[in-house]
Amino acid sequence: MSCAESFAAYAFRAIGYGERLLPKSDISLCDQIFLIGSGMMWNVYFAVVAILFGFVFATALAFARVSGPVYLRWPAEVFVFVFRGSPLFIQFFFAYELFVQLPRVGVEIPLGFATLTASTSWLTKAWLGATLVLFLNTSAYSAEIFTGALKSIPRGDIEAADAFGLSGFKKFRRIVFPTMLRLAWPSYSNEAIFLFHSTALVFFSGFPAWRREADGLYYASYFAEATFNPFVPYPIIAAYFVFFTLLIVGFFGLVSKRLNRHVAEPQKVKFRLGSMLTR
Amino acid sequence: MFDFCADPKAIEGLQWLSCYLTTPKHAAMYYSILTVLGLLIAAVPPILILGFAGALARRSGFAPIRWIGLGYTSIVRGVPDIVFFLFFPIALDQAVEVIRHKIKCPDVVGSVYQGNDFVVCQAAKMPLGPSPQWVHEAWGFALAVITFAIVFGAFTANTLHGALAAVPRGQLETARAFGMTDRQTFWRVHLPQMWVYALPGLSNLWMILIKATPLLFLLGIKDIVYWAKELGGMKTQAYSYPHPDWRVWYFAALLVFYLLLTWISQRVFDKVFARASRGMAVAK
Repeated sequence: MSCAESFAAYAFRAIGYGERLLPKSDISLCDQIFLIGSGMMWNVYFAVVAILFGFVFATALAFARVSGPVYLRWPAEVFVFVFRGSPLFIQFFFAYELFVQLPRVGVEIPLGFATLTASTSWLTKAWLGATLVLFLNTSAYSAEIFTGALKSIPRGDIEAADAFGLSGFKKFRRIVFPTMLRLAWPSYSNEAIFLFHSTALVFFSGFPAWRREADGLYYASYFAEATFNPFVPYPIIAAYFVFFTLLIVGFFGLVSKRLNRHVAEPQKVKFRLGSMLTR
Repeated sequence: MFDFCADPKAIEGLQWLSCYLTTPKHAAMYYSILTVLGLLIAAVPPILILGFAGALARRSGFAPIRWIGLGYTSIVRGVPDIVFFLFFPIALDQAVEVIRHKIKCPDVVGSVYQGNDFVVCQAAKMPLGPSPQWVHEAWGFALAVITFAIVFGAFTANTLHGALAAVPRGQLETARAFGMTDRQTFWRVHLPQMWVYALPGLSNLWMILIKATPLLFLLGIKDIVYWAKELGGMKTQAYSYPHPDWRVWYFAALLVFYLLLTWISQRVFDKVFARASRGMAVAK
């Protein structure tokens, strides 16, 4: 098979387009590159969805822990403790077995213009179930980072905001939230990288790969088993991960620049690659 | 275990449960907790050695060694650890077998990669085919320890590198002013002071290491994840202790086990921090 043919057959295999069967014999380098690359779409999907929703939830959790009423603070503490204290691998297994036990029902979600029937059986599929676990997991880790940042906002900043007559949501939006983000950003970007790397666990921890549509590592290990040669597929997926990690670093670096744009040079929160381990 | 367990079908309730939880297979599951703890203990020395080697390499005055140190730490950090956990056991296994193949069977010609197969002569197999079961298990465990050491050695190297850089310059300049040689400065001043800066990072790494131990399951070792899957699955009436699919309970138990492990570690580290930072000017 030529390279163009294997592109047509496998470049979108992971989302259901192209050749049904995975390559069995005469596995070429192009097959491996394209099939593993198509699997990376799953990794990117898991990471993007989990981080976007996780960011919002983590902010809420952090505020609940720092300044929320007691009946919100305790659940938030327990949530963060449970998800940070146990391995993600076990969380996946547990969640999957739990979702399998759920009664099969349809939940009607009114969207206004139409009604969406969400089935609980979707939770046993990786696209929803694993994303949910990743979302909860990254929320807990990010909440811990945001809590630390909230606690270290300089008192003077808050007092200045009060002196200017800012209060309530305005104070939050203009002072507290941006400062929290600025302080948390280096650790938070580390968390994003870790979360992206964790997406590789999904298909090794209970969640089945329906029609063998799965993430990059699933295909890499498939190739390693099919060819008995780990020295080709694993470096390929490693290269993909390094590439996407650099993209994340670049993106978070840009945001860091923007968050720090008003700050005098020596007080800036330095953005350094991988300088802190948060997990 | 207990006398009344002779006929499991005849008993009920707590008695049944106490019999069920003490079957030989459950004993094997409890035993596998030792595997997890054993891995944690066995992996720490090589991790620290590799971490030190990596950190010192990154500080080396000789550029190529510095690049090796930097390359090692950045590659391992840029790639998910699970990729290494899948890669290294096979790769190390094959590397050892190829070397043994070259030594023990020099007369066999041709590549070890034949089509989609990896072929070495029988004498080069590692461990040898007829070896007892425990040799196979020990070999698998050793590969797991080496893999953990390589991955976490890189993280540790990063932490130690940062900690070495965090020791105030004044301390080192003072040591030099007292006439200490570079070596003396390193061993008597730099290294002892580094620990306080390294401890937060190292404790964090310990937590990550604990949470990485279930990945042993992927390396084909019969660890607690394996037993949870095995014992929790539905058992029909053909078994002595029939039960429906209980895997969710088994994994819940594992969650609690790991929560305890990390919680206890955190308590211990808090104590160690308090001790280590006595007499040092570090922010509380």
